[in-house]
Amino acid sequence: MSELRGQDLHLWRGEQHVLRGVCFELAAGQCLQVTGPNGAGKTTLLRAVCGLVPLESGRVLWQGRDVTVDPAAFHAQLDYLGHDNGLKADLSATENLRCSVRLRRSVTPQQVASALALTGVPDTGSAQLRYLSAGQRRRVALARLLLTGAALWILDEPGSNLDPRGQELLAGLLSQHLSGGGAAIVATHQPLGLPVAQLLPLALE
Amino acid sequence: MAWVWFHRFGSPPYFYRLAKRLTPWVAWPAALLCVAGLIEGLGFTPPDYRQGDGWRILLFHVPMAFLSMETYIVMAVSAAIGLIWRMRVANAVAASCATLGASFTVVTLGTGMLWGKPMWGTYWAWDPRLTSELLLLFLYLGYMGLRSGFDDISRADRASAVLAIVGLVDIPIIHYSVDWWNSLHQGSTLIGTGGIAVPSMWVPVLMMIAGFELYFIALLLLRTRGEILRRERNASWVAQELGEAPPDSAPSGPPLAHPAAQRV
Amino acid sequence: MNAEHGKAVRMPPVAASAPPASAPPMPTPPPASPMPAAEELGSAATRRRTGAVGAAVALMQRDLRVALRRPGDTLQPLGFFIVVTTLFPLALQPEVSLLRDIAPAALWVAALLASLLALDLLFREDAQDGTLEQLALCGQPLTGLLLAKTAVHWLLTGLPLVVVAPLAAAALGSPAAAIPGILAALLLGTVTLSLIGAVGAGLTMGMKRNGSLLALLVLPLAVPVLIFGARATQQAIGAEPLAAPLYLLGAMAVLAVTLAPWAVAAAVRIGLE
Repeated sequence: MSELRGQDLHLWRGEQHVLRGVCFELAAGQCLQVTGPNGAGKTTLLRAVCGLVPLESGRVLWQGRDVTVDPAAFHAQLDYLGHDNGLKADLSATENLRCSVRLRRSVTPQQVASALALTGVPDTGSAQLRYLSAGQRRRVALARLLLTGAALWILDEPGSNLDPRGQELLAGLLSQHLSGGGAAIVATHQPLGLPVAQLLPLALE
Repeated sequence: MAWVWFHRFGSPPYFYRLAKRLTPWVAWPAALLCVAGLIEGLGFTPPDYRQGDGWRILLFHVPMAFLSMETYIVMAVSAAIGLIWRMRVANAVAASCATLGASFTVVTLGTGMLWGKPMWGTYWAWDPRLTSELLLLFLYLGYMGLRSGFDDISRADRASAVLAIVGLVDIPIIHYSVDWWNSLHQGSTLIGTGGIAVPSMWVPVLMMIAGFELYFIALLLLRTRGEILRRERNASWVAQELGEAPPDSAPSGPPLAHPAAQRV
Repeated sequence: MNAEHGKAVRMPPVAASAPPASAPPMPTPPPASPMPAAEELGSAATRRRTGAVGAAVALMQRDLRVALRRPGDTLQPLGFFIVVTTLFPLALQPEVSLLRDIAPAALWVAALLASLLALDLLFREDAQDGTLEQLALCGQPLTGLLLAKTAVHWLLTGLPLVVVAPLAAAALGSPAAAIPGILAALLLGTVTLSLIGAVGAGLTMGMKRNGSLLALLVLPLAVPVLIFGARATQQAIGAEPLAAPLYLLGAMAVLAVTLAPWAVAAAVRIGLE
């Protein structure tokens, strides 16, 4: 059964025909790895699937239903991690997670603390996020993914700023997400370390 | 079934050709009505007993004041249609309206000031109608400023549509509040302007109003055609359309058959 | 030569990340972090979805917390309001009758500009750090969330103005009896100003240079608030009945609360593209 399906997605950016009939089909437990040279429309594709950028034509189906019919229900099932982490630099890691997760679900301080421990963010107490390194901030954003527990992860270059150990962590989290029945779309050129059965490549030109 | 006309009307090539055919049918009556109105108003109508010959400024001022408001409504409604139904012709119409409306507003203000000097003894009085008109000019300028702030034409269309709709809701409130603010002045009906008191003065003014309405439609058709050509410059139908013109008017260089043509 | 060099540089990262790729990912946890147990993070059974109101409250808490971390930025509109209102007596003669005449204008123009001052940042920072995207994608109604953000803007700019308005009004020579009327007018008027401003901020959010454009968009739309607010203030100072302008200010506030959030949400969606 296909969890997420993109049918003939077309999108223009001004004069440029960025997405030219992109099709994909993704089952639960699978990861779509989007590759392509700079400017091929990887980010645009991810944002279009989320519904942040309107498609010129084509449909995105989530569990067989067009996502534009009830976008809120679709958004409740997905978590998007873009180039920006979606975290406030003025707040501490804990505060950030508590606030952004509470937009979706209730969360306890213990859950936040264990998510931060899992993603290897040192206990920085009340230090504002602006004093953390870029890689550490990325790890905080990964902790958010864990806490929201969305069924569909849409990740844009999730490994940026992460050290080798961070890459391993990311691979582990992704693999666990998939084996738990989740699905993911990841735009990256780095190998994700997933078994072939779970990995669907999509190359944009 | 009932939506067929809507989709046909919304197709840029269809609208472009329709506008091209309609333009002379609107432009000539507009010119005739305006000339007739001017001859009647300047030649055969006596001076007003209070305003002297000054009232003749209203031959321009009144139609322009009508048009300045009307253009905003046309702009906001077509922008809303473009926003909601993604009708591309409607977006082109809205984009063409802005400069037209702003120019009408400037002419209204200018003629109003010229009329005000002999009547009130000053170019600018904080008359509620003039004040509303000035605020309307600001709304037009904001709309044009917002449009020019976006590189992407589709985002510009949609963002400015939101602004136009907000403005449409706000305009009656602005108008009413300005009236309330300065209720000492004369009312704002056509008859009560203090300008057009005698029935013999209505005739040329109504002719001018009708003439300028048609003139507006002709201008709008013309500008919308230009706007459509600019937006669809890569579409194949534009190449065909321009193919009828002398060959040197077709741009050389990149082929006109761009994938965007398929969007029609 | 150059191409070879480029290749040589490109190779190592691939090689470095190869081992985790070939090794099964499960047994390679970073030393400090064992793989998550679902229960620890709240399993599906213990998860409770937040309602729209709960999400709005969480968002307001976050925005207030951010604002408290930067008191300098947060207090700027208030300082601006105080400075502008105290400039008027300096520019005129400090004659009470004259000051009373210009007090409504001074208070309302200053309030309008002060509320405009903080608007630029209302959505811009959130758009830059990606939190606005998260709001649009969290599955909650965006209109409600943006209304909550606008409410925080009002709490941080509108409400403080109302609080210091008695001082400013007194400095401009208005009698003590006029203060309640002035406060009521400012309370209602600033709500509308924040909402109209949010529409403008949403529309100009994606632009690089937008300070003056924002003013051009927002100020004409805010004219009715200025007119009725100043009239209410004038009548309060003159000890005349001021119910009529207050009702009108209230009506505009209700209208703005009802309609503006939709326009803000539409504008922000376009800005996020």
